[in-house]
Amino acid sequence: MKLKIVSFGILTLLAGASSCKKESDFLNVLPTSILTNEQAFSDPNQVLSILANLYNRQLDFSTVRSWESMADFSETFPSQSNAPQEIVRRNEWGYNFWSTWDYTYIRELNIFLQRCEAATKLSDGDKKRFLAEGRFLRANYFFEMVKRMGGVPLILEPMLYDFKGDPTYLQHPRAKESDIYDFVIAEAEAIKMDLPADVNNKSRASRGAALAMECRAALYAGSIAKYGSNTPQVALAGGEVGIPAAMANGYFTKSLAAAQQIIDGSAGAYGLYNKKPDLSENFASIFYDKGTNPETIFIEDFKLKSGKVHGFTQVNQPRYGAEEEEGGRLNPSLNLVQSFEKLDNTFAPLPVKDGGGAPVFYNTQVDIFAGRDARLGGTVMLPGTSFKGRTVDIWAGYQLADGGIVSGDERGQQKTLPGGAGPVQVVGFDGPINGKEHTAQTGFYLRKYLDPAAGSGSRGTGSEVPFVRYRYAEVLLNAAEAAFELGQSGVAAGYMNQVRARAGLVTPLTGAQITLARIMHERRAELSFEGHILFDQKRWRNAHVVWDGVAMTEADLLANIGAANKRNTQPFGLWSYKLHNPGNPNHGKWLFKIVKSPLVTGTNRFRMGNYYSFIDDNIRSNNPKILKQPNQD
Amino acid sequence: MKLLNYLIVTLLTVLAASGCKKDNYDPPSAMLSGRLQYQGAEIHLEYNQVPYQVYQFGFGKTGSVSNTSFEQDGSYSLLLFNGEYKLIVPNGQGPFLWKKTAAGNPDTITVRMNGSQALNLEVTPYYMIRNAQLSVAAGKVNGVFNIEKIITDANARDIERVNLYINKSAFVSGAGNYNIASAGKTGAEITDPANVALSATIPVLVPAQSYVYARIGLKVSGVEDMIFSPVVKLSL
Repeated sequence: MKLKIVSFGILTLLAGASSCKKESDFLNVLPTSILTNEQAFSDPNQVLSILANLYNRQLDFSTVRSWESMADFSETFPSQSNAPQEIVRRNEWGYNFWSTWDYTYIRELNIFLQRCEAATKLSDGDKKRFLAEGRFLRANYFFEMVKRMGGVPLILEPMLYDFKGDPTYLQHPRAKESDIYDFVIAEAEAIKMDLPADVNNKSRASRGAALAMECRAALYAGSIAKYGSNTPQVALAGGEVGIPAAMANGYFTKSLAAAQQIIDGSAGAYGLYNKKPDLSENFASIFYDKGTNPETIFIEDFKLKSGKVHGFTQVNQPRYGAEEEEGGRLNPSLNLVQSFEKLDNTFAPLPVKDGGGAPVFYNTQVDIFAGRDARLGGTVMLPGTSFKGRTVDIWAGYQLADGGIVSGDERGQQKTLPGGAGPVQVVGFDGPINGKEHTAQTGFYLRKYLDPAAGSGSRGTGSEVPFVRYRYAEVLLNAAEAAFELGQSGVAAGYMNQVRARAGLVTPLTGAQITLARIMHERRAELSFEGHILFDQKRWRNAHVVWDGVAMTEADLLANIGAANKRNTQPFGLWSYKLHNPGNPNHGKWLFKIVKSPLVTGTNRFRMGNYYSFIDDNIRSNNPKILKQPNQD
Repeated sequence: MKLLNYLIVTLLTVLAASGCKKDNYDPPSAMLSGRLQYQGAEIHLEYNQVPYQVYQFGFGKTGSVSNTSFEQDGSYSLLLFNGEYKLIVPNGQGPFLWKKTAAGNPDTITVRMNGSQALNLEVTPYYMIRNAQLSVAAGKVNGVFNIEKIITDANARDIERVNLYINKSAFVSGAGNYNIASAGKTGAEITDPANVALSATIPVLVPAQSYVYARIGLKVSGVEDMIFSPVVKLSL
């Protein structure tokens, strides 16, 4: 024991003796692995890499990174077993769906702006652009928040805690919903001249992106103001939720003005993508053509072999002959498919039966879809069409003369037909087979965003097709809607006809034909699976009407197509069969049946409390100034 | 060294023995239960759609201690610790008006729990469905009832529609999986509120069963939740 004490004493002495350097020399050593603020903001490439992190953290509602995010709202049937099936099993959306409250991101954006402002070694041009980009991202996230949460605390400075035990000075109440929209609009106006007006600058903020954000935000605010009267209970007394009706026209005017700046070319040479003669192929190309694409304005870009790729094609490619043993998860519903107009601008169900109730026979599977909006074929992979040179094999079986059906429960199963010599294939390799994941359980696959490049469907390679956040056609539709709401129906028709002509609907609509229902339909046809449907229905205060929780029958499905209040609570499918009746003139031809999968047991029910997503109780505990959303328990 | 081992073992034993007392509470045992009523009449609701909230103050966090809703017969029950609670139905919930403060916020009911207690909640519905008679005849469920308008002052609201719902299970409402058939009338189609009749065809029941459940619901325009008559089991 004594020896230990002695040796410890010696050690202490030694340590004391050797540390007799000046304190400043000893402690002030710069770390070699951390950059100071000054260093980080001294070089434009360095700043860009900080910005890249902030760009990567943007929040999207529906994105190619996650197919499930596109599957909801009865626009598709999710063709994967287990968890995703919940989408068609549940009877309502929880109040916390679509919530976001990422003040960490806002704080880091604020810090970025503060440090960039203070930087001394950046050139003025660089600095301006970086600041404008930071402000764009901040405004864009506040826009994303206000869409989902209504008015939120508008924090524009990085806040610091003083560690004195009383954090109440850091607690801010929710701003008015209109204040947040005003902020987004004002920011876009303030930064637009600092951003490049360059059509090829798509994944970083550009003047076009700022204006597109402004015109969408103003349109949202305007319609919330105008249609808020449909749901008077969706409001808070302080304006945190709900916008006064008197403000509607001001917002619509701003929206139209912002859209017109893009349309008149002052933000760059944007235009509709019109490069391919086949209109459906042309529409699909908007999303995968990465050459000089005049349509896309602001995208999340991906790049092969860079580490940033996605597997959207891999999980949604037609299953038969796919590059992986999977695919086909998003199966668009018949509800969506039948909503595409006929070329004479009218709505009609697909002709499955004739007036007497007898099936209509078709020579090929695609015939039933002929004479419709070309966006149908560009959005949905129809049976009988092809992808990567292979025809999708979607058919449900053989219809026999006696009313019986021969089908299988394995992909491409073989059976012997009555009177047949040997087994033949009786169901498509792509299904549809109820409950068989990755087959086309509604009879359709998705086409939008699918990448035709070789290897895009394999796990190792992935796809570099971008996710489009803002594009020119939406700007045109925003302009049309704003003009319509301002009473300028003729102007509205002009913008809408441009978009429609690109889809092959060349008979122009007149101003008198433009109604809100028309505009709603046009946005669904053009922008489905692009993350608009929820926010559009919310701002029109129409979500509780179309998703009212009442189960649908086939008669419901076929009635009122194209109407604003058209119920859309359960996804239906359309299955094709080959007639097997040797000697009958229709032998070997196709007939179709409308089906609702037995797996669809729930309905979409949008409650008043869903209009603005739940603010977590912990958030409200930490900051009692945060008011609760209306109509939630 | 051995001594140290013994010491550690002893210490651990003591800790383990005393730990069980320290951090385990008895479960809540005081039952608060009751139902919604208007002048003694029951108010029936859709299952799991009308929430009520119970608050207890003084524990640091804000927010309701329970996130539950009324049963479809308008009853509720909660297990609580003894203490003082406040109970409300939030604004805009339920086909009725809850007492309000002068500022327009829902007025709270103070509940002092000291053992179990029953507490019925008096509310003012917009309408009451009275004398609902449901019967089966020729493959149909027929319902006859009258409607009494309760709120007639400035808060009065119109009837949006009335529905007769049929289901195979005892959960009956307009929600997708809570009815197998329904019949409805809009408010404008109701000519005599004192005598309203609805009739819905019973669809084929798969698997077959010899009974169905049915009830009448009334939707007040601008109010999300419907008010219902009691669920009736009907033999076929």
